[in-house]
Amino acid sequence: MAAKAFQRTYTHLQAITKATVSLNARGVANDELATVNGKLAQIVKTKGDLVTLQVFSGTEGIPTDAEVSFLGAPPTLVVGDQLAGRFFNAYGKPIDGGPEIEGEEREVGGPSVNPYKRRQPSEIIPTGIAGIDLNNTIVSGQKIPFFADPDQPYNQVMADVALRADVDKIILGGMGLSNDDYLFFRHAFESAGALDKIVSFVNTTEEPPVERLLIPDMALAAAEYFAVDKNQKVLVLLTDMTLYADALSIVSNRMDQIPSKDSMPGSLYSDLAKIYEKAVQLPDGGSITIIAVTTLNDGDITHAIPDNTGYITEGQLFLRADSDSGKVIVDPFRSLSRLKQLVQGKKTREDHSQVMNAGVRLYADAQNAKSKLENGFDLSDYDLRCLDYAKEYATRLLSIDVNITITEMLDTAWDIFSKYFTPTETGIKQALIDKYWKKD
Amino acid sequence: MKTTGKVTGIVSNLVTVTVDGPVAENELCYIDLSGTRLLAEVIKVNGDRASVQVFESTRGLRNGDKVEFLGRMLEVTLGPGLLSSIYDGLQNDLTTMEGVFLKRGEYTEALDHEKLWSFTPIAKAGDKVIAADWLGEVKEGWLPHKIMVPFSFRGEYTVKEIAPAGEYNIDKVIAVLTDGAGEDVEVTMTQKWPVKVAIKNYREKPRPRKIMETGVRVIDTFDPIAEGGTGFIPGPFGCGKTVLQHAIAKQGEADVIVMAACGERANEVVEIFTEFPELIDAHTGRHLMERTTIICNTSNMPVAAREASVYTAMTICEYYRAMGLRCLLLADSTSRWAQALREMSNRMEELPGADAFPVDLSAIIATFYSRAGMVVLNNGQTGAITFIGTVSPAGGNLKEPVTESTKKAARCFYALEQNRADQKRYPAVSPIDSYSKYLEYPEIIEYLNEKIEKGWVDKVLKAKNIVRRGKEMADQINILGDDGVPMSYHEAFWKSELIDFAFLQQDAFDDVDALCPMERQKFMLDLILDICDRSFEFEDFEQCRNYFKQLINVLRQMNYSEFDGEQFKDYQQQLSKLLS
Repeated sequence: MAAKAFQRTYTHLQAITKATVSLNARGVANDELATVNGKLAQIVKTKGDLVTLQVFSGTEGIPTDAEVSFLGAPPTLVVGDQLAGRFFNAYGKPIDGGPEIEGEEREVGGPSVNPYKRRQPSEIIPTGIAGIDLNNTIVSGQKIPFFADPDQPYNQVMADVALRADVDKIILGGMGLSNDDYLFFRHAFESAGALDKIVSFVNTTEEPPVERLLIPDMALAAAEYFAVDKNQKVLVLLTDMTLYADALSIVSNRMDQIPSKDSMPGSLYSDLAKIYEKAVQLPDGGSITIIAVTTLNDGDITHAIPDNTGYITEGQLFLRADSDSGKVIVDPFRSLSRLKQLVQGKKTREDHSQVMNAGVRLYADAQNAKSKLENGFDLSDYDLRCLDYAKEYATRLLSIDVNITITEMLDTAWDIFSKYFTPTETGIKQALIDKYWKKD
Repeated sequence: MKTTGKVTGIVSNLVTVTVDGPVAENELCYIDLSGTRLLAEVIKVNGDRASVQVFESTRGLRNGDKVEFLGRMLEVTLGPGLLSSIYDGLQNDLTTMEGVFLKRGEYTEALDHEKLWSFTPIAKAGDKVIAADWLGEVKEGWLPHKIMVPFSFRGEYTVKEIAPAGEYNIDKVIAVLTDGAGEDVEVTMTQKWPVKVAIKNYREKPRPRKIMETGVRVIDTFDPIAEGGTGFIPGPFGCGKTVLQHAIAKQGEADVIVMAACGERANEVVEIFTEFPELIDAHTGRHLMERTTIICNTSNMPVAAREASVYTAMTICEYYRAMGLRCLLLADSTSRWAQALREMSNRMEELPGADAFPVDLSAIIATFYSRAGMVVLNNGQTGAITFIGTVSPAGGNLKEPVTESTKKAARCFYALEQNRADQKRYPAVSPIDSYSKYLEYPEIIEYLNEKIEKGWVDKVLKAKNIVRRGKEMADQINILGDDGVPMSYHEAFWKSELIDFAFLQQDAFDDVDALCPMERQKFMLDLILDICDRSFEFEDFEQCRNYFKQLINVLRQMNYSEFDGEQFKDYQQQLSKLLS
């Protein structure tokens, strides 16, 4: 973003809002970047000669005679292998005290992959967490968010998942991260000795909210460099997408757009889809997998942000504090990985999907028994067995502190089934019962 | 002379153009972005300013950039080779594009101009013909693809010459027709048609009178869809909308399938690309892909082309219907299309209707659904378009504009329930809230009487009633407790569970269970209703539950076994033993 030779400079603003400025200018291009008194801005609207710019760091202190220079290009990122191990801000500038990156300058927010050129995702991203690997297996090229309340340990789980996942690069896109969380990620990556495969783009709560809009594009431009140019398996972590969407609504509000549901812009679905759909399994082996965080208001998934996200992503993961086991578990009812059947029983043991379904069904029976208990009804023998089962199932499998292989998870499940139930009660295909049922 | 213009305003993909001549609503134009031509469509005209929606990203576009109007609306190219193609919303062939990424302004040919087709004439010199009459035929896969008098021809024509049987490419003149004024016109194997105009070259559109089988029990038996009928599947995310739609696409009894992936996930389309070429059509033994066209505007592709994609898909269906074929159109999801309309309406600063959708949303949806249907062609043969759309209601709440508008337009309603999905009761189609208006059609009742057995619909209504009663009993049991209700409540509840688990639920990922032909559906329903007709003596509710669980288990194992195979018969015997 260095100054170019023939910069056009203007010094008369027509209008200023908290997030945008407008001025008369000619010959400028849609999406082009500009600086307004040194602050970075981007063209979002032109009407005749009147050009509206969104100013990423906010318009505080910008006077009507501010100096506006157009930079002649949309946002870019310098990409290269040197990105690995580094921390950047929303503009792609180093914040770790290290040198600038040398390499090729690329536009961010580039074109989509031709759907016909995609490959079907088929490789497991194992995490060691049974709530994910057993019940909601994640596949390379998938996009899946954690739907979590702000008090849940989603960033910790995400860091665990990232460090255990067998991938070539991890790209962190942090939007509105608290400084503590930023330092947590930094420490977690450093102490795991994994820094050389991690690239981070971070906007903290101390920085202006509109800047966040650049983070996903920056992170995904870096991801595309490694996945497309280098054929690597890349995992992108985006946290927190709710804050990203909030920033979108600020800009659209300042531009006087008519809001749709929950004061979100009408284009929210497309805006989020543009980011999440960058997840891809490429024909030459590279892949981009996106694990994101969408924080909820009091568990409300009907709010426009989680709702639109749910329609775009390939499933969602819910965390829940479980009172039976006293642990944080991956909720088996509301969590879903849409791509799991691409690998379950194909890349894992044949009994995977039936064991998964039986486990969840019995856990549902336990929930029914629990509500009976709460309503003061007598419990049957089956109900009592379900309750015991639920406790052990949550502790040994659903808890997020589990770290075992998928085969171990399946064996554990059979072990628990045979402890509390008869084969018929599990409803599993006879052929599998014959082979795997634990006879003592 | 063609109208030209200059860009004078840009907000995202809405561009304002000052024009120097006449322009038409929905007319297309090219915007020149330093040598790259971006296709756009006029959506509003005010004085000499036209608002156009651009089918591409407008990044880098400048005020003053040149615009050239094309004098035509968005059209599709119709001809042999549409089947097994994969198009974007504007009918660009995605398979012939170079590179991994989509490039702006790259438009590809819809049909292969080199490929030779084996042509057989139907009409002969001297025949009087009108638009949509069949002139000849080529074999497209195993389907007879009719070459027709172009739909846009008005009045009667006389066939002057017709090409003899032979191998030709699509551009070959296969007939010369003479119009009433004595002018000769040449006809090739292709024609163009504007997507937003319905093809109406048929004699009449009667009420549907047949059922389209899908192999999905909850649809075929409980709420069947008619051939030429309309239905929609609303459901919150994660309820199995896509799995259900894919099952219908794989198994639906139709000659031609057009799938419009409209603003949905790219990986779902990839699943179709990957699976369909491997799948064999149960009805003909041929590859599914041979009878399938995919229109693909995934959620990250340009928003404006989303709307175009459903119209493109419908027009292709209308083309095949005019050949006397049965088409099945699946659009996933029409909500994304409605959202595209909302984005545009919002940028044009129109006064919004409910939830910021444009006020004419209802009318747009109704007009679109009305293009489906069974028709009698001018030659007396019939063709049909069965249309099933999915709706993605915001927040899973069915009281929102897209669901409500669609409910008025579609005749079948397959409500997916979060509750059922949470309990992994798939397909999560609610047996209580869903309905098929076709079950009330006397023609359909008569058809089912003949096709399946006399009084079939009564049987279905009886099964539905058992399910409904079971739900009421379950509510009572929940309120009063297991011991607080008479035994008959438990029995009624478990009879409904029996229908639910052994009939309504179906494993779309099991090779055997996924496709259940009507004959097998009838067999299983008879078996289950026979159990429901019996009355049992139980000592307590635990015994009742355990007994029904055993029945359910055996019946489910039957669903997993080859129909009438040895294993199936074994389980049948086990069932008789349990019942005696």
